[in-house]
Amino acid sequence: MAGHSSLRNFAPLRWLGVLPFFVFTFLFLIWPTLYIVFGAFKTADGSFTLDNIRQLNTPIIRNAYWISIKISFYSAVFGCLIGFAMAWAVTLGGLPRQTRNPLLTFSGVASNFAGVPLAFAFIATIGPAGLITLWLKTELGINLRAYGFNLLSSTGLILTYLFFQIPLMILIITPALDGLKREWREAAAILGATGLQYWRMVAFPILLPSILGTMALLFANSFGAVATAIALTGPSLNIAPILLYAQIRGDVLGSPNLGYALAFGMIVITGIANTLYIVLRARSERWLK
Amino acid sequence: MKFWAWGAFLLGCLYFILPLIGMTEFSLSMERGVYSFKAYQVVLGDPAFQATFGYSALMAVLTIGFGVLLVVPTAYWVRLRMPELRPYIEFITLLPLVIPAIVIVFGYIRLYNTSSWLPLTGTAMGTNILLMFGYATLSLPYMYRSVDTGLRTIDVATLTEAAQSLGAGWITIMGRVILPNVLGAVLSGAFLTFAIVIGEFTMAALLDRPAFGPYMQLLGANRAYEPAALAVIAFAITWACMGLIQTVTRLSKHTRAQT
Repeated sequence: MAGHSSLRNFAPLRWLGVLPFFVFTFLFLIWPTLYIVFGAFKTADGSFTLDNIRQLNTPIIRNAYWISIKISFYSAVFGCLIGFAMAWAVTLGGLPRQTRNPLLTFSGVASNFAGVPLAFAFIATIGPAGLITLWLKTELGINLRAYGFNLLSSTGLILTYLFFQIPLMILIITPALDGLKREWREAAAILGATGLQYWRMVAFPILLPSILGTMALLFANSFGAVATAIALTGPSLNIAPILLYAQIRGDVLGSPNLGYALAFGMIVITGIANTLYIVLRARSERWLK
Repeated sequence: MKFWAWGAFLLGCLYFILPLIGMTEFSLSMERGVYSFKAYQVVLGDPAFQATFGYSALMAVLTIGFGVLLVVPTAYWVRLRMPELRPYIEFITLLPLVIPAIVIVFGYIRLYNTSSWLPLTGTAMGTNILLMFGYATLSLPYMYRSVDTGLRTIDVATLTEAAQSLGAGWITIMGRVILPNVLGAVLSGAFLTFAIVIGEFTMAALLDRPAFGPYMQLLGANRAYEPAALAVIAFAITWACMGLIQTVTRLSKHTRAQT
């Protein structure tokens, strides 16, 4: 096997095996992203500037980011709370074991059921002519619109995003809940702790990094979502991804480099959220492995 | 405690089930007063539906093929010869989860336009290829993790040496030794890729390709009952893909237990 041993000894040839991967990811992932990032710091004629970043602080763009952040934040918080409650119910809450696997299977499906069809499902359910809207109106005489509810708004978007946020939380937190050792609970009980004390002083601090980390992940997950928002509200709602979509289509901001800056801001925000997730996940593995 | 557990569980289930009932009911009520499959007939009979669905299905298959050719040899080679690269490669494969798809495609549009060194968006075929590369990028995290997990369960070094001592070349090793052994993992990644690509909207819309996602969005803006039927179809496809993944995982565990 001469070819084999020379391949092993001749270092540069080893790199041939990973070359296609690096070429592909450089051309179609890293370079396009860097192009946007560098573009955010350039003027139209190519010299360095911070003006684009400064111009992000105009009412339209600032608002778009702010609404996006609020939507992502609330959908992450509620996704975490509800997902945690459901995961707790099927793992430690004493529900029959038959509830657990169907819930996890369904979560696998629902966390991937996003985009345009998800928006349709919610329009058919709680949109202006949706099933629940009409039922409430004809059976109970409740007019949702009169109460200020509108699916085509940030509230509606949060409600819709929860359909993939809650399942994602369930999928991530169930293994963490499984990792809570029986011995911890027994040790706490022997020392005279009540159930509430056990949760407050043992279980919750152990789970907290997992919960916060997942919250950061859910935040990033909804921050970059474009399709559901466009299918639900059209181009009318002023959130960062929709503004960027409009900018790519037709330069609505009137400056290509300002468009790069808008995209750069999105990368920064999802980047921070994902870094938080990775750091907190590493921390949670100290106890839960 | 049981009370709260049931409460949380049932309320959560209610939230999940209502939209599913809503879209199903809506999709069946196109004809006044009776439930019928009219909306499905209209949608399935629409030539634009057939064309865009076919386009996206073909794109999904091509993306899977390309992804397998890219990911399996890379993951194999890293496990066999360059384990020191693993953290870097894993980091790169996770990037598509960090960078929003809309930003990646924005970069494509500026980088590969007609006046650039690689004018992919200049022709329809070039744009198709660019979109396929974009989908391969989006599915990279899932594909890579799936294949890498599959490789962990087999002894890559021994299998390779055994094949080499029998005179096999690299292509034979990849195609007849490694790939069959990680087939379950590859198929898991493939079905997930299919579920992602078939309804993808952002990249296809911004690259202006006649894919299923933009078609659904257009229909949603103009029709009432057909979108609900599309949502039911899309949900069924997602469910089928996840079901296939579970089946494949169970089957590959089963065969391994036998050997």
